Amino acid sequence: MTDSSDKTANPNPVNLDHPTFARVKEAFRDHQFSATEFRGQSTLIVQPDDLLEVMRFMRDDEQCQYNFLSDVIGVDYEGYEADMPGRFAVIYNLCAYGRDDRFFVKVFLSPSLPTDGIEEDPALWVESVTSLWPGAEWTEREVFDMFGIRFRNHPDLRRILTWGEFPAHPLRKDYPLRGRGEREQYRVVDRTSS
Amino acid sequence: MGIEAALTSDTILTTSLQRVINWSRRSSLWPLPFATACCGIELMATASSRYDLARFGAEVMRFSPRQSDLLIVAGRISIKTLPVLQRLYEQMTEPKWVISMGACASTGGVFDTYATVQGCDQFIPVDVYVPGCPPRPEMLIEGVMAIQRIIDEDNIPPKGPDGRRIPLGIALQPNHAPRPQPVGVTVSR
Ligand code: SF4
Repeated sequence: MTDSSDKTANPNPVNLDHPTFARVKEAFRDHQFSATEFRGQSTLIVQPDDLLEVMRFMRDDEQCQYNFLSDVIGVDYEGYEADMPGRFAVIYNLCAYGRDDRFFVKVFLSPSLPTDGIEEDPALWVESVTSLWPGAEWTEREVFDMFGIRFRNHPDLRRILTWGEFPAHPLRKDYPLRGRGEREQYRVVDRTSS
Repeated sequence: MGIEAALTSDTILTTSLQRVINWSRRSSLWPLPFATACCGIELMATASSRYDLARFGAEVMRFSPRQSDLLIVAGRISIKTLPVLQRLYEQMTEPKWVISMGACASTGGVFDTYATVQGCDQFIPVDVYVPGCPPRPEMLIEGVMAIQRIIDEDNIPPKGPDGRRIPLGIALQPNHAPRPQPVGVTVSR
């Protein structure tokens, strides 16, 4: 499919003509957005404070109609090659079933505390979208569990995969893959203890 | 395998009580399948008709620990699951035996991560380790037969130099002869 004779052409030109970009920009004139596109997947980057309003607009506006939130994902950009606007990102994977259209909304967050613990970081808060799509409840819990990003007005923000006393947020890049000894420290049952 | 093989005449059987107890125990192992991952599929295959674990008296899978005497740990154990496994082990009544089935249950396998137990023998006693990823049903049957040998020895598996139980050192030769590759194909008409 790609024309290999033309070496100067960018194989993936950024193409920002997704109609939702214009629609959101028009509705939120004095807000700051950025946008990107890769192989037909368009991403709108939103300021954390605008998130809930933009999401509500994108769900309810009759030209957007993103009636399904298929996933909420966290990303840690520590050590990433390119410069990113923040250390962490939360990505919302939206879907408009009526048009068979997928669209991504992204929020960048930068921690204000060291990230190796589990203290609550006031900079790592973002508004929960469970009031718009109730299905976001568990996916947001997973992002909280894995990255320590907390969601304001979430109905039940607890860890979902690791256990309650887990002393870290394991998908942060500064957390070692093999853990810090959590898997070794547990009660041992031997043949006499039952 | 049956007791009739030990009969010398049609009518009278003399034996020691312990041997009869051992015989009945090893011939009616009731496994508790703790199948957490893909090894569980192979465990099901072992129990089903082609491999037929019933030939070894171990077909009665019990999902209650209080009714079973052989715990088969089949699959990776996350640290969140570990308390459940330990509790099941503690609820089983003596005498009881444990098979650690597959690379994951025995060592953590490829899942060398913060959330996976690197070998369930760190936290519960294990009698027999069955290698493989997943072990073939034949291999698991070999493990069950190893348990039967432990029972035949009055529940005493070999002891290590420090007096603690060590698993049986069973090495299996593959039961097929590898052929040079590629294999020529002939089509008969
Ligand atoms: S040993 Fe292999 S087959 Fe068994 S649970 Fe682990 S990955 Fe699955």
